[in-house]
Amino acid sequence: MTVQPRIDLSPPVSDEVRKTTCYMCACRCGINVHLKEGRVSYIEGNRDHPVNKGVLCAKGASGIMQITAPSRLRAPLRRVGPRGSGAFEEISWDEALNLAVSWMKPLRETAPEKLAFFTGRDQSQSLTGWWAQAFGTPNYAAHGGFCSVNMAAAGIYTIGGAFWEFGQPDWEHTKLFVMFGVAEDHDSNPIKIGLGRLKERGARVISVNPIRTGYSAVADDWIGITPGTDGLLILSLIHCLLEAGKVDLRYLAEFTNAGLLVNAAEGPEKGLFARNAESQPFVLDKRTQHPAPWDGKGVEPDLGAVWQGNRTVFQHMAETYLAPEYAPEAVAGRCGVSALRIRQLAAELASVAFDQAIVLDQPWTDFRGNEHPNMPGRPVSFHAMRGISAHSNGFQTARALHLLQIVLGTVEVPGGYRFKPPYPKPVEAHPTPNFVTTPGKPLSGPHLGYVRGPENLCLLPDGSPARIDKAFSWENPFSAHGMMHMVIPNAVAGDPYRIDTLFLYMANMAWNSSMNTAAVMEMLTAKEGDDYVIPRIIYSDAYASEMVAYADLILPDTTYLERHDCISLLDRPISEPDAAGDSIRWPVVEPDRDVRGFQSVLLDLGARLGLPGMVNEDGTARFRDYADYIVSHQRRPGVGPLIGFRGNGEDVGRGAPNPAQLDRYIENGGFFQAHVPEGALYYKPWNKAYQDWAVATSFYEAPQPYLFNIWSEPMRKFQLAAEGHGAIQPPDHLRERLKQAMHPLPIWYPPFGEAESAGWGYPIHALTQRPMDMYHSWGSQNAWLRQIRGKNFLYLPTKIWEEHGFQAGDYARVYSPNGGITVPVAHMAALNENTVWTWNAIGKRKGAWALADDAPEAVEGFLLNHLISELLPAKGDGLRYSNSDPVTGQAAWFDLKVRIERVGPKEHAEPAFAPIPRVVPEGTSR
Amino acid sequence: MTMLPAATEKKLGLLIDLDTCVGCHACVTACKGWNDQGYGAPLSDQDPYGANPSGTFLNRVHSYQVQPADGAPQIINFPRSCLHCEDAPCVTVCPTGASYKRAEDGIVLVNEDACIGCGLCAWACPYGAREMDADAGVMKKCTLCVDRIYNDNLPEADREPACVRTCPTGARHFGDLGDPLSAVSKLVAERSGYDLMPEMGTKPTNKYLPPRKKDRPDQASLLAPLLDIKATGFAGWLDKVLGKI
Repeated sequence: MTVQPRIDLSPPVSDEVRKTTCYMCACRCGINVHLKEGRVSYIEGNRDHPVNKGVLCAKGASGIMQITAPSRLRAPLRRVGPRGSGAFEEISWDEALNLAVSWMKPLRETAPEKLAFFTGRDQSQSLTGWWAQAFGTPNYAAHGGFCSVNMAAAGIYTIGGAFWEFGQPDWEHTKLFVMFGVAEDHDSNPIKIGLGRLKERGARVISVNPIRTGYSAVADDWIGITPGTDGLLILSLIHCLLEAGKVDLRYLAEFTNAGLLVNAAEGPEKGLFARNAESQPFVLDKRTQHPAPWDGKGVEPDLGAVWQGNRTVFQHMAETYLAPEYAPEAVAGRCGVSALRIRQLAAELASVAFDQAIVLDQPWTDFRGNEHPNMPGRPVSFHAMRGISAHSNGFQTARALHLLQIVLGTVEVPGGYRFKPPYPKPVEAHPTPNFVTTPGKPLSGPHLGYVRGPENLCLLPDGSPARIDKAFSWENPFSAHGMMHMVIPNAVAGDPYRIDTLFLYMANMAWNSSMNTAAVMEMLTAKEGDDYVIPRIIYSDAYASEMVAYADLILPDTTYLERHDCISLLDRPISEPDAAGDSIRWPVVEPDRDVRGFQSVLLDLGARLGLPGMVNEDGTARFRDYADYIVSHQRRPGVGPLIGFRGNGEDVGRGAPNPAQLDRYIENGGFFQAHVPEGALYYKPWNKAYQDWAVATSFYEAPQPYLFNIWSEPMRKFQLAAEGHGAIQPPDHLRERLKQAMHPLPIWYPPFGEAESAGWGYPIHALTQRPMDMYHSWGSQNAWLRQIRGKNFLYLPTKIWEEHGFQAGDYARVYSPNGGITVPVAHMAALNENTVWTWNAIGKRKGAWALADDAPEAVEGFLLNHLISELLPAKGDGLRYSNSDPVTGQAAWFDLKVRIERVGPKEHAEPAFAPIPRVVPEGTSR
Repeated sequence: MTMLPAATEKKLGLLIDLDTCVGCHACVTACKGWNDQGYGAPLSDQDPYGANPSGTFLNRVHSYQVQPADGAPQIINFPRSCLHCEDAPCVTVCPTGASYKRAEDGIVLVNEDACIGCGLCAWACPYGAREMDADAGVMKKCTLCVDRIYNDNLPEADREPACVRTCPTGARHFGDLGDPLSAVSKLVAERSGYDLMPEMGTKPTNKYLPPRKKDRPDQASLLAPLLDIKATGFAGWLDKVLGKI
């Protein structure tokens, strides 16, 4: 036998471990960064961290390639040639900041709205929003409008929260988990951890998704639905449950507005809640058959009540969905799911929710003062994401899904869906949008909010939209995240007006973050006379993305391991259902280039502009840098960006700024958690113990229990306006659309683009997904990740593959009303038979990201974006509407329909754009 | 020709759950990251930003489409790495003794000092589990993170392979497959864990748990309507559902 060599089984692992927060996607996992001789040697998940509990995804473990990437920008740049030519000169930070100030200061003094500040994958929105507010421009938002605002807004308007950051399934108790339209992302590791836990416990997983990859591949059951019809399927499930009487009547009566009475009298209040002398909605008490306050102790709302001709929400709801149009047999063809399958799914939901109900032995007291001996639970849970929300019927579809959870009684109960603090948070706890500009003054309040009625729209006195993206206008009243995808087209069209300076952060608008990419590139370089139509563009990014070439001034950002950040409860925190949580990033290594963290740069700009809150009385800068802001900024007295280690280090939620706060976070692994008390873990919206804890921990100023909104009064108010009631009136051409889209009960209508394009000969649905091993465009230049997925195919289902005689190695020509692309194809059987799809943002423009010109991403990689327009084709009235949800303005990426021709073998995808001039040299070794 | 030990004290290996693996590639890059700075030569990458990026990986994930005879098509995600076979042909074929199987735990390793980069072992492995590093010119393969699992410098919880530690779905398990009482052996027994290509006669240590049967919705009886709504109208339904009749 061979003699075994002796090997060292206990080599030293590293010199030091620094714990910070990942930024390879939006999950914000905790990471242990190992350092050897001052350099990053290995990155692994932090076992103590609430988000990832030690695990890490393919992106996170490849972060080490991100800090050595050749695409990193190295110094501030000023454009010296024509825009898009790539001719830049390096300048100092002082020059760069003075230049930016020289552009911005006159705007603030004369017309603050001429600065449009939009941040893409920003994780510091409580800072960037505050800055824009101080500047005084109404034109601020992040990327939610082209991401998932339908999901977020429908959740807030219906139950006071949505999925992902707002809440998640009760992984430990749920017995049946149903996913709708999950495109393998958001949230990444927590969903994977949860799925693993369900598999371990033998719980059942069902996926409703046109594509059976990833999470859907491991689901026990797959329903390959036709894109854009999820809402119809869900309402049909509700039909079946109502028909069988399998709805949670007690839950509906106690915790939702099912018992409120809807005004039936013709006139301006029809469809609003009937109100008493104190202007409060009320219920009829089953015990007395008399009106009673909805929050009165012991009151038992009568769901069957009729009072002075006004019926309850419950009756409106039941009558609506019991109608034959929602029967499985009526929707099966449209959904691409058999009636039997729909009935089976409904039966399965009912069986788990009602026959396999669970009870936790935990007494609690509700907001009415009623005491409950335990916590009953219905162990059915759901998750949904962009797949259902990126349609023009996405808002109502997401509302339908929340309604399904409500009728099953599964929200905030054991085994169901659980909120993460600071959620639950109803519409009433959110601000309304602010937009009124005064030269030289800050905006009256935050930009983004939740509209209660037409009086909250952001309209100028002449009725035109106040915001450049037309958010909170009649075209999309509930655009709670703004509409970043409309900023460039609107600014170039001068509709509603022109701007002067476009200030963008971390948003690749010249490539994968825009619809109709080629047209957007033209818009960015469009001229009127000698001047660019968008006169000035300032851009901040860490990498040489496609957008960089189109900027006039580049403010180079650091990588995520070289910066401070805070993942704040004021913004998008990292809470879990059992604990509020926030976290930080800190420079675990120092940058080796002349770059600065964008947030510090923003505060510096704010100080140079003299913005309120950013300067001391003597005009000097209030904050040294972002780290100083994180610790010392107070949004309200005692409330700052981080809740942990406040005051003397012991205060949680509220307390004076603590100069040692960041050190304490670092000692604690980069995060902090405030645990929800035992008796407050479920029934949070109505649980007195939770409400009191939430006030103490600074999420609310006073307890605010509420009822879930099956019937949405804010939506009905827009319908009333469209019907001609009220002083604030929509333009006539939008009346019919508002009447349909703003229905106070969840409804389904065919997605706009889809309904029209079917008639023009585009019969096939086309979708994108994000791979779990790559996120947007960020990681695509990553030396390891691009070896996993450096090329994308258009996946074709068997029917289309065979019909056209496709063969391996072929390309296809794909047409939409917006144009055509020629792309490599591959066969995939586990796919809805009328759907094609590809991975998002693998395709790159030649010259970007420090990749070689012949890199597969730039030769065969492609985007579907070229086929998608930000505007729908002209309708009968000659007007072109935004390709967005009419309620929220969410970009309707997944409404795309196409037709396909076989091309045969080919070498490269089309359109093939000219190489973009390089701003950093091509990468060679890693 | 290199000899295999007659028997090993333990049979350390991986148990991979194909019912749970979502194909996320987390194990691929965690492995790359650890082993790039761990045992032996780094895992190099050729042309990392060019037309044909190609680097050394000790663990890769493939996705396969499966069309069952009855039912909808499926996708199975399949992680692949060295199986640490009992009768490892990669060891017996090695002309220098560089490839060897450890007597104490059964891990198959390459002694890079003795490896001449002839590539015979890669030809002999029926699983394609070995990769020649183009920079170092030595054969690389899964070490089962031998520099982690006994490492006194790591917290005890971390003494497991990097791929197991990172797996977000918990689809990867590590343990002694020779001990019938180990957690991994119990899972193999419960869930019919199987050998990959047993016909090759290599007696792999690593095992796979098969995907559970899919697309068999419970044959629960369908929901019965409360009553004939067409006959009673909505009012009848309402009375029935609210218990008034």
